[in-house]
Amino acid sequence: MKKVYKLENLDCANCAAKMERAINKLDGVNAASVSFLSQRLSVEADESRFEEIMDAVAKVCRKVEPDCKILR
Amino acid sequence: MEKSTGLNKKEKKKLARILIALALFAAVFIADKIVYLGGVFEGPAAWVFPFCLYLAVYLIIGYDVLWRAIRNIAHGQVLDENFLMCLATLGAFSLAIYRGVTMPENIEGFDEACAVLLFYQIGEFFQDYATGKSRKSISALMDIRPDYANLKRNGGVERVAPEEVKAGDIILVNPGERVPLDGIVVKGASSLDTKALTGESLPREIGTGGEIVSGSVNLTSQLEVEVTKEFYDSTVSKILELVESAAEQKSKAENFITKFAKYYTPIVVGVAVLLAVVPGIITSDWSTWIYRALSFLVVSCPCALVISIPLSFFAGIGAASRYGILVKGSNYLEKLNKANIFVFDKTGTLTRGSFAVAKVSPAAGADEEEVLRLAAIAEQDSIHPIAKSIAARYGKPAAGGYTLTNIAGKGISASDSRDTILCGNAKLMAENNIPYAAERDTGTVVYVAKNGVFIGSILIADEVKPEAKEVVGALNGMGCRTVMLTGDNEAIAAKIAKEVGVMEYKASLLPQNKVEEVETMLREKDAKDALCFVGDGINDAPVLMRSDIGIAMGGVGSDAAIEAADIVLMQDDLRGLPLAKRIAKKTMAIVFENIVFSIAVKVAILILSAVGLTNMWVAVFGDVGVAVIAILNAMRVNSKYAAKAKRAAAKA
Repeated sequence: MKKVYKLENLDCANCAAKMERAINKLDGVNAASVSFLSQRLSVEADESRFEEIMDAVAKVCRKVEPDCKILR
Repeated sequence: MEKSTGLNKKEKKKLARILIALALFAAVFIADKIVYLGGVFEGPAAWVFPFCLYLAVYLIIGYDVLWRAIRNIAHGQVLDENFLMCLATLGAFSLAIYRGVTMPENIEGFDEACAVLLFYQIGEFFQDYATGKSRKSISALMDIRPDYANLKRNGGVERVAPEEVKAGDIILVNPGERVPLDGIVVKGASSLDTKALTGESLPREIGTGGEIVSGSVNLTSQLEVEVTKEFYDSTVSKILELVESAAEQKSKAENFITKFAKYYTPIVVGVAVLLAVVPGIITSDWSTWIYRALSFLVVSCPCALVISIPLSFFAGIGAASRYGILVKGSNYLEKLNKANIFVFDKTGTLTRGSFAVAKVSPAAGADEEEVLRLAAIAEQDSIHPIAKSIAARYGKPAAGGYTLTNIAGKGISASDSRDTILCGNAKLMAENNIPYAAERDTGTVVYVAKNGVFIGSILIADEVKPEAKEVVGALNGMGCRTVMLTGDNEAIAAKIAKEVGVMEYKASLLPQNKVEEVETMLREKDAKDALCFVGDGINDAPVLMRSDIGIAMGGVGSDAAIEAADIVLMQDDLRGLPLAKRIAKKTMAIVFENIVFSIAVKVAILILSAVGLTNMWVAVFGDVGVAVIAILNAMRVNSKYAAKAKRAAAKA
């Protein structure tokens, strides 16, 4: 399942790239893309565990850029 | 007003802080130069006074950077921009203190440490501002999202969100309003501005029964529309979704840059450590080498590249969308620049896909009008495209009162009390022993005879689009190979190919043969070539998907085309093709400039810092100045292509 989220306060392009790399390494994530310009995050992941995976995604995002919030 | 300055609250606050810090810095700096702050107090602790003043300014401008650095280290993000900047500036402060303690007669260096952070913040501010501004200007191009719909419900009209309207509901669209959902006009007639969708500046007339596309603007009078698609299936949602997600399909250039960024920072930091330690041990001139290493840290952030490359692509996609060209991802823009094999489907792409009378050849003694009049009588009941094209050319209602008889496989005979009209192919003439003048041009020929006398013939052919020749010529001129595929026979294919100027053609292909042909071409091409297939998206989806770049034309309202293609020309106009290629070329040129420029400046500053020819002031320019220049350069993608195309055409 693929879902797209808006991101708030994503202020730095390099952080977006770092976030993307970190999210792609997460277990259960098939593909993820963070776009600094459109401030969007798209995640393709296992449907049965989607919420659980998104919690993990939010956690790694906080780690890279604490100000950035995923609107879900 | 927010609009007048374009700054939001957060940006205004930051600007105020920068201005205050800049003023304070200037005051302290000038005072230092005039009265020499290091000499205000005597003794070994003389450095404390200037240090405290500069530190105060430093904290005003940089407390947030410090705070983020500390927080990110707690999260294990060591090679973070904030941290490296703090390390560099605090390191510079420490060096200045060290020198102040060892050489109290010459106290300096605090100004520099403070200024680096100040300029860093100014640069970051510009960077944010420029990115935000360009983001806004690009999304303004795609500002086709409708805000509301006037829903007819329970005898009244209510203003609701477009999402709430269901298929089958009736909505009202007032003049000046944006059409919120796709539908069919049930009452009223008006003209529509579809510029935001297709780039076409001429208004389109619409009347009862006409299909109306969301995102266009109603210009003259009120329309009642029966909604056929819900908001999420409507054209406007599809387009917005497509353009917004285009940034997710990353190009090779973007992937290269993010990979580069991943290694760049650790390498620069690593070299900085070596630069501080190795010559430090050899020469034991620690402060010089540590200073140079700190300059390295200032240049170690790859942000200029990481922002400017995707921004260039984003601007390119935005610019294309203004001309009704939807590009589904940065990677397709990159590929389109390299595209040098253009394969066209004939029907509906190079030609209009509809039949039209190409030529009327009256026999001696008859005239054109007479030939058409008789043919129109005979064909009046037929719904075949050939009959329709004759009726369209004749332009008047055909005379009635005739008995029409279909002669299968040959044509039609029409008779009344006086005359018998025969209208059909050559076989029909031969069978009735009517001598006729055979038509030599290719196409479908209809022969007309009255009472056993040949009157004339009508040639019906698919019409070539008026711009086809110009576009194919332009592509040939760019050094591209142009190929036409068609299901028509050899003679028709050869004629059309010659007319539009394609280099090669393949005739008599069934739809599955087209896929095979394209696959063969894909196999035979060089690795650096890119094959671009252009079709109308109706029955060539497999070919569109198979080719390197699939381009569908006339996409408004056709979901299949939007799904299958990589690039959609919303307007049924081939001129979008060379235009898209020009936009792709410019985008890639700017991407290349930005990559080379940013890396070159950074490397130059690194080398100059290593040998001690520059100082931190230059280094901070290497970080943020380059980013701002690259962003401004990226915005050049978004210039006016249509005007340029016109000028180029005028010259040619």
